[in-house]
Amino acid sequence: MADFEIDAAREVTYDESVSKSLREMLRKNKTSAVSLVIVVLIRAAAAAAPLYLKYNPNKHSLKERFAAPSAAHWLGCDDLGRDQLTRLVYGARISILIGLIPTSLSMIVGTFLGLLSGYAGGRTDFWIMRAADVVLAFPSLLLAMVVSYTLGGGIMSIFVALSAVSWAGTARVIRAQAMSLKEKEFVEAARSVGVSDPVIMFRHILPNCVPNLIVLFTLNIPGAILNESSLSFLGVGAAPPSTSWGLMVYRYKTYLMSYPWLAIAPGVAILIFVLAFNFLGDGVRDALDPYMKD
Amino acid sequence: MFKFILKRILISVPVLIGVALVLFLLLNVVPGDPVTLMMGEHIKPDLIAMFRERMHLDDPVLIRFGRYILNALRGDFGVSYKEQREVSDLIAMAFPHTVKLTLYAVLVSWMIGIPSGIVAAVKQNTFIDRVFMGFSLMGVSMPVFWAGLLAQFVFAYKLEWLPTTGYYSFRYYIMPSVVLGWSSAGTVARLTRSNLLESLRNDFIRTARAKGLSESAVVVGHALKNALIPVVTVMALQIASLLGGAVMTESVFGIPGLGRIAMKAISDRDMPMLQGTVLFTTAIVIAGNFVADVMYAFLDPRISVDGAG
Amino acid sequence: MLEIERLRTHFFTSRGVAPAVDDVTITIPPKSIVGVVGESGCGKSVTALSVLRLVSSPGRIVSGSIRLDGEELLTKSGSAMRAIRGDRISMIFQEPMTSLNPVYTVGRQVSEAITLHRNVSRAEARDGTVEMFRAVGIPEPEKRFKSYPHQLSGGLRQRVMIAMAMACRPELLIADEPTTALDVTTEAQILRLMKELETAFGASIMLITHNLGVVAEMCDYVYVMYAGRIMEQAGVFELFDNALHPYTSGLLGAIPRPGGGRRRLFNIEGMVPSLLGLPRGCRFSPRCERAVSRCHEEEPELRGVAGEHSVRCFLYGGEGGAVS
Repeated sequence: MADFEIDAAREVTYDESVSKSLREMLRKNKTSAVSLVIVVLIRAAAAAAPLYLKYNPNKHSLKERFAAPSAAHWLGCDDLGRDQLTRLVYGARISILIGLIPTSLSMIVGTFLGLLSGYAGGRTDFWIMRAADVVLAFPSLLLAMVVSYTLGGGIMSIFVALSAVSWAGTARVIRAQAMSLKEKEFVEAARSVGVSDPVIMFRHILPNCVPNLIVLFTLNIPGAILNESSLSFLGVGAAPPSTSWGLMVYRYKTYLMSYPWLAIAPGVAILIFVLAFNFLGDGVRDALDPYMKD
Repeated sequence: MFKFILKRILISVPVLIGVALVLFLLLNVVPGDPVTLMMGEHIKPDLIAMFRERMHLDDPVLIRFGRYILNALRGDFGVSYKEQREVSDLIAMAFPHTVKLTLYAVLVSWMIGIPSGIVAAVKQNTFIDRVFMGFSLMGVSMPVFWAGLLAQFVFAYKLEWLPTTGYYSFRYYIMPSVVLGWSSAGTVARLTRSNLLESLRNDFIRTARAKGLSESAVVVGHALKNALIPVVTVMALQIASLLGGAVMTESVFGIPGLGRIAMKAISDRDMPMLQGTVLFTTAIVIAGNFVADVMYAFLDPRISVDGAG
Repeated sequence: MLEIERLRTHFFTSRGVAPAVDDVTITIPPKSIVGVVGESGCGKSVTALSVLRLVSSPGRIVSGSIRLDGEELLTKSGSAMRAIRGDRISMIFQEPMTSLNPVYTVGRQVSEAITLHRNVSRAEARDGTVEMFRAVGIPEPEKRFKSYPHQLSGGLRQRVMIAMAMACRPELLIADEPTTALDVTTEAQILRLMKELETAFGASIMLITHNLGVVAEMCDYVYVMYAGRIMEQAGVFELFDNALHPYTSGLLGAIPRPGGGRRRLFNIEGMVPSLLGLPRGCRFSPRCERAVSRCHEEEPELRGVAGEHSVRCFLYGGEGGAVS
């Protein structure tokens, strides 16, 4: 099929230029490059945790309660004598998961609805966009709070709550992109040779939304991590024994005045991780900006 | 201008009704019987039936929603299960504290975000750019409650400069406002920076330079006004995130505002209270959006004059 | 009065150095209108911006000399240079739509130039502005003072730009494609206005354009630029009667004729080369119909042929180059 060949050729150059811009950005923008290294290091450290950590994150040791940072316990021990560094690394796993899963979920839903809205137009578009308006009108944390409350708390309800608040932004961006792409020649051409609507949406329009998706992804993850920590703090977040950084801050805040390092360490971990993501996201957005305008 | 305002109001109303519907549905599928929640576990079954009847809890959901909306429009959000008082009274008591905190926080976020954004744009892609943006983004990158706790630890506990919790004078509001304002300074800084960079690429900037204006006069006198007009619209987004952040800030600093009562409603499983507070807060956000749009139109001569003519 | 000598302004991009202005020498005598012509992207605008030292990054003036009444501009401090901009040398731009700040009234933008360079009160600057508006033929100048740019037509906006540029009675006015964005009638009015102002205020004008018709109407002397280089220079009558360079002939062929509308009678084949990948030899050689093998090997010098007429082409003068 001639139109398929043209389409494939176009995609290849497009993908190549996107990844080329990203590479160039990382080469020139040192802050973003360093941020990427930090994010990757934290991810790797969390994934490889059992390989190098000698303590069990849930092993109590009453005689080491509130042990100050030392050679044996770099970041000290908590109120139950658990090694803080070990808990921090295991907490990273949950926090990263909480960054990734709701972000991915909300982006899948948001992308699908955005494509549908922008491509189909008419009534479909109207109702999807009004739903997005409603979701965007809520302060996201309050909506997440209510959803999480309705679902009864726990990690699954966090996933749902965080996805529920962030699909709308994605849907809006993708809709705008789909609407402008719908008018482009290659879509007209595909339609004229009888390519079906779902194929046009997913094979022809979706690949052109990749830069937008990359940017949304890097900018949504830090938001999800922060919101999770807030929900944990409000008592509707992840439940023990699975621990996240947010939950750790919440748990150890009681001891802030006497054993400050317990609450400071997980907060600093959140700060570094999220800040790195924010810098990375800014760099990615600047690099991909030209692709998002056409 | 009048037409424009009217149109914006007409857009806001269905959104607000949608918000109320979503909230109502979410909170009415919540497990647990409201009467038991209100009266305690050991209440007799016939009393439960009586209360259910009086509270119309057995009517279809949509009818109850209709009744709720009509009452809410008159300012009646029902009675708190826990406090046994009108929800609207409790909101009225809490609201001024939140307004005060949010306004201070907006000021702080602009005081940090706008200058940082300007410096970062003028020194684009230099070390100074990264330092100023980094400082602003730090606020967005940490949990508000953690920043609040840390501030208490350092400034109240260690240095003893400021009071820990309370709401009795301006001094009590310093830490919460700075913590909350810093949390949205990054957004303001990002927007100021990117708008200013875009504004500096305009042809009229070259005209201003060709006139002989100094670089600072060009930036402040010609680029900034254009760049800051869109920043006004961010105020609406800011109000949403600040009101969200206020939940945390208020609970850390013991300020009895809207966030505090929303949180209390969650732990008490006090449905009318939670519903009323969230609905009211969201209405404020929508109103904020509306004000920002009108201000935008007012500040930009291209829009306001066309609208008047 | 203005002497640009061996000016080089290069752009240092991530993909290499682009010599936008490469060894350009232009002299603008007092009370004269000098034209700089060429297709877009040939370096005329960069030359103009170099005079005001307003070339923005990644562009930089690499070498050369720019003298105003014998004073070197390139070594002046930032503040000394600002004192010259808008006062002794001013500039008007191609796009009157976007060259005025949309959020301020036009009156304010013009009087800003006056208060900046003259020690006058706000009211005096206002009067000066209104007077200037009247001089450039803006109807109801008092009322227009309070207008915003978007409320004015393109022609009026360009008159505002001219008023702004002339407000401090500069010695040199640089006009960068001042009429390109305007319709033909307005173009004629604006050109007439500039000519009148030149006589009335005794300013010299450096007129940058791609339109040789405008040059014929306005200029005393013409420089033809291509890919950063001066290709030919001559008095306006000499140039039109006796164009030597094949590029100039090509441009002359592209002048719209009366009655013929804007239809192009002759087109130069090909496109202006990218400044990052300049051809070997003469920069025009890939598009030149009369190029010989030597043209692709080495670049010709700018060489005087007769009086004030010089040309950069092997076809004329020089050792054994003439093949015509």
